[in-house]
This record gives sequence, C-alpha cells and structure tokens, in this order.
Amino acid sequence: MIMTRNRLIHCALFIAGIAFTASAGMALNEYVLSIINFAGIFIILAISLNITNGFTGLFSLGHPGFMAIGGYVTAILTFPVSKKAMFLEVPPWLASMEMPFLPALLIGGACAALTAILVGVPVLRLRGHYLAVATMGFLIIVQVLITNWETVTRGPLGLNGLQPLTHLWWVYAWVVITVYVSWKIKFSSYGRSMLAIREDELAAQCLGINLFRTRVAALAIGAFFAGIAGGLWAHLVTAITPASFSLVLAFNIVVMVVVGGTGSITGSFAAAILFSVITEIFRPLEENFDIYGIGEILMALILILILIYRPSGIFGNKEPGVLSPPNKKGGCL
Amino acid sequence: MSGGYIAQQIVNGLVLGSMYALVAIGFSMIYGIIRLINFAHGDIVMIGAFVTLGLFQTLGIPFPVVALAVLTAGGIIGIMIERGTFRPIRGAPQVTGFIASLGISIMLQNLGVMFLTAQPRNFSFPDYLQRVIKIGAVTFRTIDAVIMISAFCLMALLMFLVHRTKLGMAMRATAENIDMARLMGININRTILSAFAMGSALAGIAGLMWGGKFGQIDPLLGFVPGLKSFVAAVIGGVGSIPGAILGGYILGLSEVLFVGLLPPVYSAFRDAFVFVTLILILLILPNGIFGKRIEDRP
Amino acid sequence: MLKIDDIHVYRGRTYVLQGVSLEVGRREIVALIGANGAGKTTLLRTISGLLRPKKGKILFQPDSQSQEIDISGASPEQIVQLGISHCPEGRGIFSRLSVLENLMIGAYLRKNRNEILDDYNSICRVFPILKEREDQAAGSLSGGEQEMLAIGRALMSRPELLILDEPSLGLGPIVVESLFQVLSEINSRGVTILLVEQNAIMALDLAHRAYVLETGRVVLYGTSGELAGNEDVQKAYLGGIV
Repeated sequence: MIMTRNRLIHCALFIAGIAFTASAGMALNEYVLSIINFAGIFIILAISLNITNGFTGLFSLGHPGFMAIGGYVTAILTFPVSKKAMFLEVPPWLASMEMPFLPALLIGGACAALTAILVGVPVLRLRGHYLAVATMGFLIIVQVLITNWETVTRGPLGLNGLQPLTHLWWVYAWVVITVYVSWKIKFSSYGRSMLAIREDELAAQCLGINLFRTRVAALAIGAFFAGIAGGLWAHLVTAITPASFSLVLAFNIVVMVVVGGTGSITGSFAAAILFSVITEIFRPLEENFDIYGIGEILMALILILILIYRPSGIFGNKEPGVLSPPNKKGGCL
Repeated sequence: MSGGYIAQQIVNGLVLGSMYALVAIGFSMIYGIIRLINFAHGDIVMIGAFVTLGLFQTLGIPFPVVALAVLTAGGIIGIMIERGTFRPIRGAPQVTGFIASLGISIMLQNLGVMFLTAQPRNFSFPDYLQRVIKIGAVTFRTIDAVIMISAFCLMALLMFLVHRTKLGMAMRATAENIDMARLMGININRTILSAFAMGSALAGIAGLMWGGKFGQIDPLLGFVPGLKSFVAAVIGGVGSIPGAILGGYILGLSEVLFVGLLPPVYSAFRDAFVFVTLILILLILPNGIFGKRIEDRP
Repeated sequence: MLKIDDIHVYRGRTYVLQGVSLEVGRREIVALIGANGAGKTTLLRTISGLLRPKKGKILFQPDSQSQEIDISGASPEQIVQLGISHCPEGRGIFSRLSVLENLMIGAYLRKNRNEILDDYNSICRVFPILKEREDQAAGSLSGGEQEMLAIGRALMSRPELLILDEPSLGLGPIVVESLFQVLSEINSRGVTILLVEQNAIMALDLAHRAYVLETGRVVLYGTSGELAGNEDVQKAYLGGIV
C-alpha cells in the first residue's frame, strides 16, 4: 500500500504548509514575512520555468518578460479608478474598471500565456542556445515597449502606490497550485511527452507526439505562472517598474532551476528558498560594507561550479523517494 | 533630407559598425571553433574601456602603448575565461556553455560594480584625437577616423593570421573537425586558447574605441554592445569571420539609419529594432549571409 | 613494431574491445577484417590516442634501434610525433581548406622545410591529380581524389606506421584497384601498414597477415593465404567464393 503512504505524505505536507502559513502570519514580524513572501514568489517562478526549461528542455530566458506582462496587466486592472484618471491615459472602459485581485491575477496570467503562444509559434522553431538568445531578445523587446508606452505604463517611472493586496495566503495558495499542476504534468503522459522531447526530438516525433504543440504548451503554462508571479510581486512591493524585469532576474531564476536540478520540482522549490535566504544574508553585507554585487557574484560562481562538477544539479531530474509516486524503479521520470 | 545628411549618417554608421565588427569577430571565432557562444564576450569590451581609462588617464601612459596593453589585457581575460569555464565543460550541451558564460558575464559586471562602483566615469582623450575634421558636408572627429582605420587594419591583420600562418591553418582545421585536427598532431587546447585570445583582444580594443567615441563608461557598458555584436555575428553567419565583419557594418549602418531617418519618436525603440531583426534573421536566414550549415552538437 | 597486449576499451557504457592482442611487424601490411560493430574502428582510434584503454598496453617501437614505448596513455599529438599516422574512416579531409593546405597540415609537427617539400613532391608524383588541384578547396574533390588526399596527407607526417580505416569506402572498383596498388608501393618504400577493410578479398590479397575481429575479440589470425583458405572466413567474409 505504498500509494496510500504516498498520499498520506502529501496530505501531511499540505497540512504542515497550512499550519506554517497560519503561524507565520501571526507570529513573525513584517521583515521576515516579506522574505517568506518573496521566497514563495521565487518558488512559483522557479517551478514554472522548470516546466518550460526542465521538463521540455526549452531554454528560455524570457521568463521575466512574461512576469512583467502579468504584473502590469494585474496592476492596471486593480489600480483605483481615481488614480487611473490622474496618472494614466487609458480607454474609458479600462479607466472606469477596478477589479478584485483574483480575476485581475488570472487575466494577467492569461495575457502572459497568450503572449507566450504568440511568441512561441514562430520562435519555438529554434533550438538550443539560439532559442535562449531569441527569448532574451523577447525580454529586451518587452522592456523597451513597456518603457516607452508611457500613457499606460508611465514608462521608466512605473506604477506605484498599488494596493498591498498580496499576503502570505495568496502567495502560498499559488505556490500550492503551481506545485500541484507541475506535479500532475510531470507524472502524466503529457509530462512524459515533454520529457521525450527533451531527450530526443526525433524519437518523440516517431512516437506520435505533436512536437510543436507540446513545446508551445510548455512555454505557455510556464508563462501563465510567471504572469501570476508578476501580479503577486507587483502587489507585494506595491510598485512596478520595467527595470525590475531584467536579464539579471532571468539569470537568477535560471540559476535556481539549474542548481536545483533541471526537471526536479523539489529541486526548484529548495533552490528558490535557498536563493531567497542567501540574498537576504548578503543584502546587509552589501549595504554596510559598500560591496554591491557580491551576492550576484556568488550566485554566478555557484552556477558555474555546479555546471562543471554536477551538471544535473542537486536533485537531477528526480523527486526524493518519499514524495514521488510509487512505480517503476524509484518512481521517478 | 539632403545628401550631406545621409553621407554623415553613413559615416556614423561605419564608425559604429567598425566597433560591432571587432566584437562580432570574437563571437564568431569562438563559436566557429568550439560551437559555443561566449556570452561574456561583451564584458571584455567594458574591461578594455576601464583598462584604457586606468592606464591612459590615471597613469598617463602614451596612447599607442595603451592600445597594445588593452589588446593584451583583452587576450588575457579571454584566456582566463577559456581555462576557467569553457575547458572544463567542453563537450557539454550548447545550452550549458551559454548559461555558464552568462554566469561569467554577470560575475564580471558585478566585479566591476563592486570595485569601480556603478557610477559612470568620464573618458576623455587628448585634444589631437578630439579635433573636428570637416570634409564637404560631413564632419567627424579624429577619433572616428582612428576607429575606422585601426579597426580595418586589425581586421586585415587577423585575416592574415587566420589564412596565411600555420597557427591560422591549425585553427581552421580545428574548427572543421576537432578529432581530425588532433590526428594531425595539432594541440587543440592551444588552438582553442588562441582563438579566445585573439577574439578577446579585439573586444578589448573595441572597449577603448567605445570609450573614446561615447565619452562615458560604466561597468555595465559591455552588455548591450555585446548583445548587438552577437546579432551582427548572426547576421553574417556565426562561425564566419568575414560574415562577422560584414554583419557588424550592416548592423551599425542600419541602426544609425533607423535612428537618423525615421522620426525621432522611434529612436527609443532602437534596441527593440535590433532584437526584432535578430529574431527575424534566426527564423528566416538561420545560417546568416556567409553561413555554413550550422552543425548542431546538442 | 606495434604490439597490442590485451586491451579493453569502453565507449560510453558499451564494452567494445574485450581484450584484444595483436602484433604488427616492421614493413608488414596487416589487415583487420570483421563485421560492422566488431570494434575495428575503435581499435584504430585507441592506437592513435583518440580513445583510452581501460586496461592493457600498446607498445610501439618507432625504429629498430629504439626502445619500445607504451603509448596507451599518450595524446594523439605525441603519437603522431612518434610516427603513427591515422587516416580515419570517411577520410576526414578538411573540406574548407585547400588541397595544398590539407597536405601541409599533415606535416604540422615537422620543422624541416626542405624535407617537407621533398615529400610533397614525391606525393604529387604518386597522385598527380593533387598537384593539379592544389589551390582548390578540398571539399570540391571527388571521393577517390579525397581518399588520395587523405592518404597523401597521412604520408606527409612521414610515418613509420600508416593506419588506414576503410580506404575503399564508397569508391568504384577501378579506383579501388589503383588505390591498392599505391598502398603496396608505399609499403615497398618501407612504410608499415595496418589496414581495416570491408572488402576482405582485396584486403587479404594485399596484406601479408590478417586478424579477424568479432564482437571485440580476435577470433582468428594468420597469414593472408591461411585465412583466405579458411572455411569460416570464406563463408563469413569472402561470400563463399574462392
């Protein structure tokens, strides 16, 4: 009855998560809470990039681009009507609209996913590092467009004074959804198609897998969650500027995925937490000793060492034994 | 829009194109020989600029000596990158090389920020390089002429090295078939290192030119020109040196003309324009103008 | 001059050579025959240093006065320097380099320009077509010409031992005939040859001795005459025709 044991472990983790969230919300101070919130957002980002990058092997650096789209859409939708009139020049239907958080988030995510489909259809024909370069180009194009579309985005100033809607429950509910969805994908026939594409495209095609549709879907699902993360981020820091969604952010998310192990959900989860903690440790160091950049240097160094000495990351593409579904050989893909 | 105005734009485009070409050559040489993109290549431009600033402005070393020192410094950084990162991961998938070099790029930028602060610094050349020359309707500074001429000479020198020397022959052979080159007795580690050194030396000197042309430098300066030079290399066909040179000039000219001929509203979109071009070229003409078939080593 | 003693070679996780021993004497032509996947190419690549054996020794004696050297851990560059030249399957010419450059790169490790020029001239006497095409890109040559170029290039290092992997691959019968004539001529000038060949009839015709390789082991060896007369060899490799 391994199956039940497995279910039990998952349930136990879920309840522990709720208990943790509840107690954290009550017991901890603002500063620690914000770190836990950011960690949650990074978990969503890392796991969603893992769907694109780890499962299917599409190396995308465009994640912050999707995040920016989701973030801006959500922010504009929830922006109070009075402020819209003051700061933005948007069409009347939009100017008079002020949405609750959840639908705004969902629309933000959907817009990101839609963009992913539109961009993916031409770009996903590229392979390997050319795809990486093209998605990076996409990221830069998104940044330039947001910076210059001043009537809607206020350009480089960004939107500030957003309502602080994001709190622990929102973030961790989405963490659970992200983990659940990616888990379901990974251990489904769909996930195996993705993996087949990553390992050998030609063989996958011979098995009757629709290469292109699966690739686009993998990009779009990743983009959806990136969009959600963008929305959560915007309403956590209560501001959104184009500069936040930089290549450095893309790099950081990639580092989490690679360090955790490309394809491993547990790995991305752990690496995202590790990353948030390291950043918080280094922030005071950088500020007090005036050595800005040391955290980023350390990240890059860890990445390069991992690539040289343990290219499959900490967890490989596996999930630890106790978590993964029981079946053939350790139950992992 | 007079003929003089267009001539002026073309000169500006050639100056910019010379710098792109010098940087693009390195991308192409390195890709040609190990089929990996060195993403940190652009940051060598930044290092070249700061070495120039340090030696020339702070220490007052004469200009030609500085130029030689910058070439050397670029070459040394290239060698360090190869030894430290590319050699240990040789044979890994292309994407691994790409992320690793992106890591180096981030590291170099942040080392720059850490030691030099993110403050832009003024970069001024001696007066004889700043003098304005006027030919017909076209005006330019001495530095512009120096950039164009020295870029041309360096490229000619490189072509000579690659096509007329034993080392160049070994490099071309290694680029074509590594195993076969080893069977000829070629030390491929040395050949690959030479490709990194030469390409990076040119990127270093491009940094000197960049500083002289735009007058301000900061630790993040290499990123955008690096990316654009990569686009130039793709336009010409990555792996081909003549392709990289041609791609550099095409990109320089079209970028300047894009800004110069269209209404000013569009000039903010110049970077977007460059990357739209990149994506289109990757999709339509993936092997570039001089491209040989791109062999994928997945 | 070449003594291979019980070498074991893996390619990735595949155990390809499972204890191969063989010997090549000075001025001999030795043929290796065997089916696809028997490990012939792997054996040659191990001799020239592109692969490393897990176990076993490869002893090479560059000339009759010198000591035997174990080359099983040496790099391809060192092995070329010692006098072994490997002309791989599929020829491996540098198609973007000119014919002349291809030949000159064969002499990459040599310093004496006059000697190199002498060898170049003598190779051009054997393969006059190469002289005619010296400025052309090597990729533009025909298959037979490319094979000549590959052999010429291998000779440019002035080897003691020439290793040839499937020189007749993809060539017409007349070209193969003249190619084998050239090989025997090269041999008569003092170059030892180790040859892998699908065309077992021709290989046994040319070689003094031969080894039969099957799934990573030597199953049979002897003089060419003995092997050509062996029933199993006739059935498996000579198409039953004698």
